[in-house]
Amino acid sequence: MSTAQATKNCITLKGSAQIIVEYLKYGINSILFQRGIYPAENFDNTQQYGLTILMSKDPKITTFLQNVLKQTEEWLSKNMINKISMVITNAHTKEVLECWDFKMQAELGDGDSDGKDPSKQTSSKQLSRIQNEIRDVMRQISATVSYLPLLDCICTFDVMIHTLQNTEIPAQWDETGAVFIQNAQAVQLRSFSTGLHKVDTVVNYKMSS
Amino acid sequence: MSQFNFVSDLQNALIMDGETRGPAPRWKKKLEASLNGSVNTTRSVLSVSYNTSFSGVQAPTKTPGKSSDAKTKKNATTPTKTPGGGDRFIPNRAATNFELAHFLVNKDSGDKSDEDQEQQPTSSNENNVQASAHKGERQKLIAEVAQVGESSKSGRILCYQNKAPAAPESHTNPLKVVYSLKTPISTKSGSRYIPTTSERILDAPDFINDYYLNLMDWSGDNIVAVALGNCVYLWNAASGNIEQLTEYEEGDYACALSWIQEGQILAIGNSSGAVELWDCSKVKRLRVMDGHSARVGSLAWNSYLVSSGSRDGTIIHHDVRSREHKIGSLNGHAQEVCGLKWSTDFKYLASGGNDNLVNVWSLAGNGVGTATDPLHKFNEHQAAVRALAWCPWQPNTLASGGGTADRCIKFWNVCNGSLIKSVDSKSQVCSLLFSRHYKELISAHGFANNQLTIWKYPSMVKQADLTGHTSRVLQMAMSPDGSTVISAGADETLRLWNCFAPDPMAAKKVSNVNSNAKKSVFRQSIR
Repeated sequence: MSTAQATKNCITLKGSAQIIVEYLKYGINSILFQRGIYPAENFDNTQQYGLTILMSKDPKITTFLQNVLKQTEEWLSKNMINKISMVITNAHTKEVLECWDFKMQAELGDGDSDGKDPSKQTSSKQLSRIQNEIRDVMRQISATVSYLPLLDCICTFDVMIHTLQNTEIPAQWDETGAVFIQNAQAVQLRSFSTGLHKVDTVVNYKMSS
Repeated sequence: MSQFNFVSDLQNALIMDGETRGPAPRWKKKLEASLNGSVNTTRSVLSVSYNTSFSGVQAPTKTPGKSSDAKTKKNATTPTKTPGGGDRFIPNRAATNFELAHFLVNKDSGDKSDEDQEQQPTSSNENNVQASAHKGERQKLIAEVAQVGESSKSGRILCYQNKAPAAPESHTNPLKVVYSLKTPISTKSGSRYIPTTSERILDAPDFINDYYLNLMDWSGDNIVAVALGNCVYLWNAASGNIEQLTEYEEGDYACALSWIQEGQILAIGNSSGAVELWDCSKVKRLRVMDGHSARVGSLAWNSYLVSSGSRDGTIIHHDVRSREHKIGSLNGHAQEVCGLKWSTDFKYLASGGNDNLVNVWSLAGNGVGTATDPLHKFNEHQAAVRALAWCPWQPNTLASGGGTADRCIKFWNVCNGSLIKSVDSKSQVCSLLFSRHYKELISAHGFANNQLTIWKYPSMVKQADLTGHTSRVLQMAMSPDGSTVISAGADETLRLWNCFAPDPMAAKKVSNVNSNAKKSVFRQSIR
């Protein structure tokens, strides 16, 4: 009984990675919809974080995200990721138009582990509190429409994972260069934290001259 | 700034080192100085000279013995792997600050791959110079953008090989309507004549352009109350007289105005969080009811009850008759409450907030106020909800309109909480009103056309667009006879639209029926 209570509000590194990957899934889909990158009829309503979030139902997009996020979760649970970038490019000219950065910062947590083994760190932060924080970020994402420039071309997107130097490249993955946006402007949105990871969301976009 | 530092650094380096060796090694010495001289001098062979003449510099900088086979191989393949068109980059020479970029890259990151690239035996070709310079600039920009020294955190950037597909070629961004000035207005001629120009324009200087306030209302006594700056004015629509009701002190202002159903009494929500009651026939303040910690941006009357929604996210029911006026507080919104309406049968209260929620509260069991938990929480809007209207002929139907990020008018059945219909209006929805004479609805919009749109309900076929405002239309109110709509725009004008004037033929018929009924006392008593 006592052990059950002790583990009640306990988020492990793995759980924290799960929460973040879930946020990424909803966040990226919301961006795809809100920025009008894909046709609106290819999206379905889903309820999450007390919000209506529109999720792509294009099988190619969903499988792409599934594959990327699965690997992301694995790396996140080992604290190997610095940053995840969602890059929106012009499909014809390949010009980078917008870049959404999700910066990951490892935090120590507040569990009573000895602090030596990072995989045993825990956080006692309430899931509902984390989800409320995520909800605020999601709201801000949908509010960005009011200041981001129009993406008036056929676009595509990619997800780039900024990992540690010693990360092995799994099958079907490639190493790539950083992207940059000319005449860029950055806006930092709210942050949220699971207690083990702090996630900052930043949108970089091309200023229209 | 960094450019100047760089130049002065350079000069220092040159002065300290007395040797004279011609132009080529200048960068070398510079590098040694900056890297404490510990670095292999052949390191940045490809670095660009300050006069940007490529061919001149590169000749002496080759180190063919340096790179192993493996290295060369790797370098050769690296650029081709770059997705997002890295290999198809077309450099803009004019915008590329070659020497600075290169210097910065070498100085603070010691980027291995860059270095490797430079050490390629074939490095004298110009492409490589451009590539490395381009890369340098890229990193600098990214570091700048990210506002952290991320270039120092050497790491890998990985991406999945099977990319997501591009949008279909036929796709056009639906957001275009939000940006485009040329959104077409279709003036579909309806079944009746609607004048599309305003009947009258009133000047409204200092009308506050704030989406979250409700600064105008039209009373049953035919008086329009409007807040301009920190004053509240009454305009008698019958006589045209203007009267100043009150003036707030500098910094304070009225945030919401609402007339009691019967007229005479005006409730004002102010910026300090209090709700004031004014008797407008005597121009006298009757009472002040506090309870909110932030400005009160929305008000709604239900006979002796006035409900107030505030920036602090709460809604309070005030019983204006009793000393303990606060009879209920609703905590259903996380952010500012900007829309508040009692249903036409007063069984439900609808509230809309900056948290994109529409809450519907049902009447409390004792008939006073509402239950403290919302009956329905509609979160389908993607932006703040300010426009709310209840259908007069279907008391269970609520219409709500979202802000810029949403642009939808949605209809809800509050009995079962279902979404009846959603229509994309292609512009921010600031206000909604149902007509009492026609099965129609009028919506007020912002960018791009700042128009009022009349829709047929429930088909939602556009009947007419009423244009004239030069900035977004913030508020609408209907005359007591239901024939005229007044709109307040951020262009500081109030415009009167005679858009719901009853059909003279139909009106005649109704009056005939009425007069017939009045004649026959017998028929009246049977009813």
